[in-house]
Amino acid sequence: MNIFFQLSRTSRALLLSFSFLIAQGAFASQKIKIGLVLDKGGKDDKSFNSSAYQGAMRVKDELKSFVKYVEATDDNAFESILRSFAQKKTFDLIISIGVSQVDALKKVSLLFPKQNFAIVDGVVDSPNVRSLIFQEQEGSYLVGAIAGLTAIPDASGFIKVGFIGGMDIPLIRRFELGFAAGAEVEAKRNHHKIKVISNYVGITADSWNNPAKAKELAMSQYDSGVQVIFSAAGASNAGLFDAAEEKKKFAIGVDSNQNWVKPGRVLTSMVKRVDEAVYQTCKDVSESKFIGGTHHFGLADKGVDYTVDEFNRALLPPAVIARVEELRKEIISGKVQVPDYYKNRK
Amino acid sequence: MMEFFASGMQIFESTLRVSTPLLFAALGGLLSERAGVVNIALEGLMLAGGFGAAAVALSTHSPVAGAFGAIFCGAFFAFLYGIFVIELKADQIVAGTAFNLLAAGITPFLMKVLYDSSTSTPSLPLALRFQQAPIWASWMCLALVWAWLKFTPSGLWVRIAGEHPEALDSAGIRVKRVRWVSVILSGCLAGLGGASLSIFLASSFSRNMTAGRGFMALAALIFGKWKPIPTAVACLLFGFFDAMQIRLQGVVLWGSDPVPVQFIQILPYLVTILVLAGVVGQSRAPRSLGIPFQAK
Repeated sequence: MNIFFQLSRTSRALLLSFSFLIAQGAFASQKIKIGLVLDKGGKDDKSFNSSAYQGAMRVKDELKSFVKYVEATDDNAFESILRSFAQKKTFDLIISIGVSQVDALKKVSLLFPKQNFAIVDGVVDSPNVRSLIFQEQEGSYLVGAIAGLTAIPDASGFIKVGFIGGMDIPLIRRFELGFAAGAEVEAKRNHHKIKVISNYVGITADSWNNPAKAKELAMSQYDSGVQVIFSAAGASNAGLFDAAEEKKKFAIGVDSNQNWVKPGRVLTSMVKRVDEAVYQTCKDVSESKFIGGTHHFGLADKGVDYTVDEFNRALLPPAVIARVEELRKEIISGKVQVPDYYKNRK
Repeated sequence: MMEFFASGMQIFESTLRVSTPLLFAALGGLLSERAGVVNIALEGLMLAGGFGAAAVALSTHSPVAGAFGAIFCGAFFAFLYGIFVIELKADQIVAGTAFNLLAAGITPFLMKVLYDSSTSTPSLPLALRFQQAPIWASWMCLALVWAWLKFTPSGLWVRIAGEHPEALDSAGIRVKRVRWVSVILSGCLAGLGGASLSIFLASSFSRNMTAGRGFMALAALIFGKWKPIPTAVACLLFGFFDAMQIRLQGVVLWGSDPVPVQFIQILPYLVTILVLAGVVGQSRAPRSLGIPFQAK
């Protein structure tokens, strides 16, 4: 008993001195260790997860940090991934990407109160979690306006624009509502009648990864006279771009700048600067300024935006851009109220 | 009226497109099961074929070569499956499920190795994809399978291998060989089904892109009573409900609210259940289906 006690005491002393050494090393170089848990789309979905991954890579390069990322294959994997990251106790920050991780993170963040977490797209009300929320409806309103301003009325006098969502969840409804509002208001301002057609790829997590189905939805919308489709469907967006290419119509990308995917067919992209949010949060951690709470990213701080680059500049007339810039100011100043699905829901 | 006709044509075209991968896979399943080997691995064979098609089309810049790549990958997977279920007499349901899991795991792994992407292969430009050919090819395969099983002696052997393998054996035909040929051909056809997803309906292979189509094909096979033409009709029916489902989304049928997407999207599956639960009548599997053959 006595020997055991002594042994444990020496080992404890050893451990203490070790941890002191490690802590000193960390302090000297300000290197932080980031764990990134990506959603099912994976780092190469060219959309939401890609944006998060790019942010993490910037952290790796600019803040000289160590980044470990994992891609979940299904919803049941989140909790065990988060748990195993937290159990290592070596990560300075663990970032959950995507609303489907909310429940898992709620549990895990309570179990590891000293571990810092961040989550994108969902709110976890816990002092060690920073929730990063984007005002998707504001950016969607602007690209909706672009769609409503560039589409030409068909024979029956209707402007037709379309929306394709991935999985039918409130977050994606938020995109849809903002987009439809922007398109409707701008078309009516020009005295056109307008129809907004909405489809969803599915109701399961498969929906983010089913480009064949998304393409079929897009084909059916284009066939019914739709000229511009905005799609928020993760990796399924590829199907929309294929359909736009084949039918020679227009698409609007989402989350990342997707203008380059099919140059000349992608009118613009509604970007969500997940990369920026990830980078800022990591930076706060490296400067020991991390606090929990909910952070909103909207038009005002360019957390959401639409993109103009060499791939789509020719597609957007200057008058349209001028009008959209005007709208941006009106939304920021509160003159234009964008409907928010989260608030409209009873 | 014109508009109604136009949308009818669109639904027809859409039906043909959506049912193409189903038809290929169901024909593959039919060959294997008529010869007495359960093929629950269709989903996995499709994934293997879909990946092979995208990878070969990318490196050779030819969709036709991609289709052959799909045939090869499907056949190779079916060959492995055959070793387990024909030679080693493993339980066919268990082995089939294992092959589905294997294909679902190995394709993202290969994507990671070859393209450093775990989501999808690089996207194929329009010129490297099929526009309509797979639709015609699938119906030609149907005609070939139908004629082969019905009119040729070797087609008869396949049918007997699934019903009375002992009779075939006593007539001096090697049952195992017949089953091997059927299973390999089954892999080729299911592989083409995967190819029609990755290089026809979409422009790249993405993880688990079959999304249950292999099992839909299996359901069509049972619905079609293991006969080629009724099976093809079942595939068309499922394709039709899938195409309708797309167009019914957001349509107001009664009241002021549209029918919820969740309800519309269960339509193809609801039809499957209803159909299998009785509308189809007696659907009898080949008598020796799932029983490994041991020559005496």
